[in-house]
Amino acid sequence: MNTEFQIFPDAASTAAGKVDALYLFMVVLSAVLSVFVAGLVTYLAIRYRRANNVNREHVDHGNTIEYIAMAVSFPILMAIFVWGAKVCFFLFRAPEQAMPITVVAKQWMWKFQHADGRREIDTLHIPTGQPVKLTMVSQDVIHSFFVPAFRTKQDVLPGRYTSVWFEATEPGEYRLYCAEYCGTNHSRMIGRVIVQSPDDFARWMSGDAASDEPPAETGRKLFEQYQCGTCHRPANEEGARGPTLENLFQSRVPLAGGQTVAADETYIRESILRPAQKQVAGYQQIMPTYEGQISEEGVMHLIAYIKTLGAPLAAKREEPNTPVPTTEPAAAEPAAEPAAPATADNAANESEGNTP
Amino acid sequence: MTGEIASTTALPTPEREPKNYLNAAWTVRSWLLTVDHKRIGLLYLAGITFFFLLGGAAAALFRLELMTPQSDLMESETYNKLFTLHGIIMIFFFLVPGIPGVLGNFLIPIMIGARDMAFPKLNLMSWYLFMIGGCFTLYVTVAGGVDTGWTFYTPYSSTYSNTYVMATAVGIFITGFSSILTGLNFIVTVHKMRCPGMTWFRLPLFVWANYATALIMVLGTPVLAITILLVALERGLKIGIFDPRLGGDPVLFQHLFWFYSHPAVYIMVLPAMGVISELVAAFSRNRVFGYKLVAFASLAIAVLGFLVWGHHMFVSGQSLYAGMVFSVLSMLIAIPSAIKVFNWTLTLWRGEVTFNTPLLYAIGFLGLFTIGGLTGLFLATLGIDVHVHDTYFVVAHFHYVMVGGTVMAYLGGIHYWWPKMTGRMYPEGWARFSAVLVFVGFNLTFFPQFILGYLGMPRRYHVYDEGFQILNVMSTAGASILGIAYLFPITYLIWSLKYGPKASANPWNAVGLEWMTSSPPPTENFTETPVVDFEAYEYHRNPADRHG
Repeated sequence: MNTEFQIFPDAASTAAGKVDALYLFMVVLSAVLSVFVAGLVTYLAIRYRRANNVNREHVDHGNTIEYIAMAVSFPILMAIFVWGAKVCFFLFRAPEQAMPITVVAKQWMWKFQHADGRREIDTLHIPTGQPVKLTMVSQDVIHSFFVPAFRTKQDVLPGRYTSVWFEATEPGEYRLYCAEYCGTNHSRMIGRVIVQSPDDFARWMSGDAASDEPPAETGRKLFEQYQCGTCHRPANEEGARGPTLENLFQSRVPLAGGQTVAADETYIRESILRPAQKQVAGYQQIMPTYEGQISEEGVMHLIAYIKTLGAPLAAKREEPNTPVPTTEPAAAEPAAEPAAPATADNAANESEGNTP
Repeated sequence: MTGEIASTTALPTPEREPKNYLNAAWTVRSWLLTVDHKRIGLLYLAGITFFFLLGGAAAALFRLELMTPQSDLMESETYNKLFTLHGIIMIFFFLVPGIPGVLGNFLIPIMIGARDMAFPKLNLMSWYLFMIGGCFTLYVTVAGGVDTGWTFYTPYSSTYSNTYVMATAVGIFITGFSSILTGLNFIVTVHKMRCPGMTWFRLPLFVWANYATALIMVLGTPVLAITILLVALERGLKIGIFDPRLGGDPVLFQHLFWFYSHPAVYIMVLPAMGVISELVAAFSRNRVFGYKLVAFASLAIAVLGFLVWGHHMFVSGQSLYAGMVFSVLSMLIAIPSAIKVFNWTLTLWRGEVTFNTPLLYAIGFLGLFTIGGLTGLFLATLGIDVHVHDTYFVVAHFHYVMVGGTVMAYLGGIHYWWPKMTGRMYPEGWARFSAVLVFVGFNLTFFPQFILGYLGMPRRYHVYDEGFQILNVMSTAGASILGIAYLFPITYLIWSLKYGPKASANPWNAVGLEWMTSSPPPTENFTETPVVDFEAYEYHRNPADRHG
């Protein structure tokens, strides 16, 4: 952590070397150009100072020099662009097998939850050698997740998921900052990322800290509590008033307007909170809004659960039309009546900080 | 040396207390109701200097606070209000109206051989709008401040901040109209008021630069006004536009805001580039190298400037492909800027260089703007921006452009045209000393911030990690030098009004219509309409004049 004087930050992720290489290239290029301009200005100013008796014959040179400068600078600029874009693609394209962690930011706190349900606040434990993907949302204003040692940053928005990934390389403790100004205690919205060797991390994960419920399990309970299964029945059941949620995640959903939309986390979140926004083709808009009823964490849990609804089929992609009996609990116990959205106290656990 | 010019020979009254725009009338009323572009320029000078001091004082306070990592002098609320105040005042009440308001107003009509602006009363109205907007900002400052940052990011500004956002918004909204009207006036004036013989390619590059600026002011500022209005509607009437809880989109605000605020960077820096062209030409007694390309570069910057706003949003959740487009376009805008720097440098080639204060500022500009521009390339590069976005690297970059560029040019220009504006010379020794002090103080303040930024210190941080302290102390030390260095010109320029030696009509022996009328000029600028039969910066018309 930054407790002593440095002029270069710690490098602790697979991205750090790539960003640093590009940065150092730019530093050298800029230094060369700055010294060139400064040297040229100094030389010309001194050589052609009034007292000096030098040739001041006026020559009409046309614009050749400028055109040469343009011709030289253009490919250099494009090369920088391409290099920068390549690094950026690396920074923002998470590998498939990345370990998922959810992040809910609020003034002025970072809340993390691991896939096994373990929660952390302002501290995040991760192992080395394992890509980690954070799916992030804000409960209030815009924040930004920034770990200098990992050379990556991503704004955390209210109302929309963003994600960031990294693979830590060096065990240690690294500073996490909120980089987007978010109000009075912006500069105190800091935390730490504790990078451990895989063994230490496994030990920490199995430690005696309260064993939190896995998000998908919490999501399943919420799914039952809100009686979502009343309408969202399995695909092979009759009488479903809402589209089935099996295999929804990562599929393409046809909308009433004729477009299709990719069912990612942001789409599912929006469909829970503002179902009228993107209406699925072939269904009536009868679902009530859950805006203000379910907290951001609750929505993330529901999404984690909905993702598992796709799991049994995922293995059988080659025969997509075969109905597969599902063993998901929600599908097994459909409620008789459509449920009104639960009141806030029903979801007291889940609605912390989410005043309508 | 330019003896064959019709207008100089036609100057009827020589230098003995002739009627000029300053001694034409002495009443307060004659100043507050003036429609003389020169007096309006001085009104702007007064207003802008006041706001510059206020914005500078805010910076002095928070730089002091940043001497230590902990909170000592003030609470976070105060710190946040101070940097917000600094940003809002320096951008909307100093940098945007600065060079166009003071030097543009004073010089453009004279430089094109006109008696006044196309719309003199509108010009006065621009100043009043600027001051009314300023009064709102002063009210906010006194009443309790605003803490949103000058960027007003939603939903913080529209929903969460409980400071004086509305009054600030009204102030900026009103000042925006000042900008629009000034731009309109410049465009019409340059199109319609040029004297006989003053063709487009005989215009001084200062006029070209302000013309390009005026286009941005007229096209960009309304977008800012609309954006601010939308924030006010959301804040006041809870109409959902930006806050997701009301069904809005917070990133939409950033698109709208930067659609103005990136071009606004060029509103701030293009007039400065115009000043530098004049200074370098005058003190190397040479035509600006590649005159036409420099003129076109201003227009290219003005146009491209509208297409790069997304480079402020690489990590805002904007699509990666949109980011790539904005990255390429931002790279391209470096080309006209680089051309300008090389052309100013090459203007020295085969010139006759004298190191007066204005040239020292111009040379300082070349160095600092080069670093500002090159670090802009870092930020346009996607892979680097992700790390340094919203850190002190960005703070250092835009201060190199805005302070190292615009303020250096502004001070250089004020010194260069001071004899014309006031009829008095400034003390050269003090002025040279101050120029060097500004350069040293500036670099000590802002260079460490590049290092801080890459280390990862986020901007707008009131308390910070101990490892960042040494660089922050350096920065604060530099800011102290810079602050003192800025007080020198204010002091000796005021002193020179009474005690400075009287200036001749052309103390620099420069070319250009503004040097062909008396110092200070008569109210109508020229006793008879000049006729131009010479090119801009024509120092080489007659080889015999070369050393004369």
